Amino acid sequence: MGKTTAEKIFASHLVDEPFPGTRVLRLDVVMCHEITTPIAIADLMARGKDRVFDPARIKAVIDHVTPSKDSKTATQAKILRDWARRHDLKDFFDVGFNGVCHALFPEKGFIRPGYTVIMGDSHTCTHGAFGAFAAGVGTTDLEVGILKGVCAFREPRTIRVNLTGALPAGVYAKDVILYVIGQLGVNGATDRVIEFRGPVVDAMTMESRMTLCNMAIEAGGTSGICMPDGVTVDYLWPFIQDDYPSQEAALAEYSQWRSDDDAAYDRVVDIDVSGLEPIVTYGYKPDLVKPISEMAGTPVDQVYLGSCTNGRLEDLRVAAQILKGKKIAPTVRGILSPATPQIYRDAMQEGLLDIFMEAGFCVTNPTCGACLGMSNGVLAEGEVCASTTNRNFMGRMGKGGMVHLMSPATSAATAIEGVMADPRKYL
Amino acid sequence: MKTFGGPALFLDRADINTDEIIPAKYLTEITKEDLKPYLLEDLKLPGFDPKGDKTRAARVIVSRANFGCGSSREHAPWVFEVNDITTVIAESFARIFRQNMFNCGMAAVELPRERIDTLFRYAECPDASIGVDLEKQTITVQGGGEVESFAFDISPFDKALVLAGGWVDYADQRY
Ligand code: SF4
Repeated sequence: MGKTTAEKIFASHLVDEPFPGTRVLRLDVVMCHEITTPIAIADLMARGKDRVFDPARIKAVIDHVTPSKDSKTATQAKILRDWARRHDLKDFFDVGFNGVCHALFPEKGFIRPGYTVIMGDSHTCTHGAFGAFAAGVGTTDLEVGILKGVCAFREPRTIRVNLTGALPAGVYAKDVILYVIGQLGVNGATDRVIEFRGPVVDAMTMESRMTLCNMAIEAGGTSGICMPDGVTVDYLWPFIQDDYPSQEAALAEYSQWRSDDDAAYDRVVDIDVSGLEPIVTYGYKPDLVKPISEMAGTPVDQVYLGSCTNGRLEDLRVAAQILKGKKIAPTVRGILSPATPQIYRDAMQEGLLDIFMEAGFCVTNPTCGACLGMSNGVLAEGEVCASTTNRNFMGRMGKGGMVHLMSPATSAATAIEGVMADPRKYL
Repeated sequence: MKTFGGPALFLDRADINTDEIIPAKYLTEITKEDLKPYLLEDLKLPGFDPKGDKTRAARVIVSRANFGCGSSREHAPWVFEVNDITTVIAESFARIFRQNMFNCGMAAVELPRERIDTLFRYAECPDASIGVDLEKQTITVQGGGEVESFAFDISPFDKALVLAGGWVDYADQRY
């Protein structure tokens, strides 16, 4: 019997099986941000265990609220910063160099096929786009990860989602993943890995694959996973070119992590995307989805473009293409947060930021900010936001606010009309 | 090891998420104690008052499927811990929340839907309370003069974490 990617990674990283069904894995990368890590640091210090297992394998960023907005967030940032300096972390990203963790760390080439990755952040599943096993954990698991470089998991079973057909114009990875979550339900993949397969995924950029994997957690999934292939190697090549004689050699090595053809799956879901429409959410759960045609005309107060789901360059390009030469509706506030400084600069050099600003958008620095209702665009009670983020829980973007999740294209069309709008008429 | 069991709080909805358990704006607190006043602040349920006597007296929470979904924040188990709620019983849990509970030496007990329905029959009893015996893996619900008991499953690893008082010391000694 063949193995899935997750099973191969589990087998190759197994350190211990303290009880049947519990696998303690060796970690390749432990990632940290300033919201969940400071308490882990404080606890390690209180226990007299202020150590790190390997400073080269720990990556840290201040991203959720940055630059700090008040003394409390400044203190969180300071705890992380002091700790990073104390332990000589080479890969620590502070103001000026910081961006949303799940966009920044892949961009730095930190994630490779076959890796095990944890972070005290639920959207760590994003990094499975590289053929890695990447899981969000709580502060205690993070603490042990920092200290010992291990983490315990139940052996995950895998749900295979086959995406076939061709994406129609105006329909993107975000629409696909919202549709998949609608099919699986918010706990349809609990304790499962979601493997995204098929020609639609093969044809996707790494950015789009990250958008898919990013929201695996919204169906309860432990990690999203895509198969490493030529697209993966292309993306990573600047970081690995000294390690391999050729791209083919890198591909040959990475291919060992692909699921075997005779691997066993918990469940297989086949979706033909050819008939898909742009999708938006309508309630307080990410599986409450409808095609845009049923939601068009719903008024919004704010449009937010950014986050680890859709704050990457290709997202900005798609939105800018729709916004070019147009103004956003006077009843709407538009906010753009490019997810990393690199994306910000690329967007600036390509002229995308001009388009957004001409249209009436406010461009903020890279940060999570409004995505979790911390800063830079928090909603008032009763307000509605069309957002490219990944969570629409009640109060997520501010107490009493409503968030509708959608693609960058749909959010751009919505900004122009001031009500939810179908992006396809602007293409 | 912590103590388990006591007055029960019934939250009759599936998919109660971590933003409802502890809103993100409080994630800037640096100590667990500081979270205490904000327990379930954003949860809207008929008859539920986050500041009410029933909520404040609770030691056990009973809820439906997919409890604790959403963010990885361990602040969710912590806000329970500092309010002396050491057990959550639900039809199912989100993975990260469930592990966070055990990693903190607390219990996330899964029961089949019929059992959860049975527990909810006690929701209207003002004196509803639930005893939790982790050694024997049984819970006992009582209220309105009635008493019922049943067994539950828990993985040996999770049980070891509860007995050891959490994952940090366990891992540091072993790995
Ligand atoms: S952008 Fe939003 S979802 Fe992504 S890491 Fe930041 S807060 Fe979490």
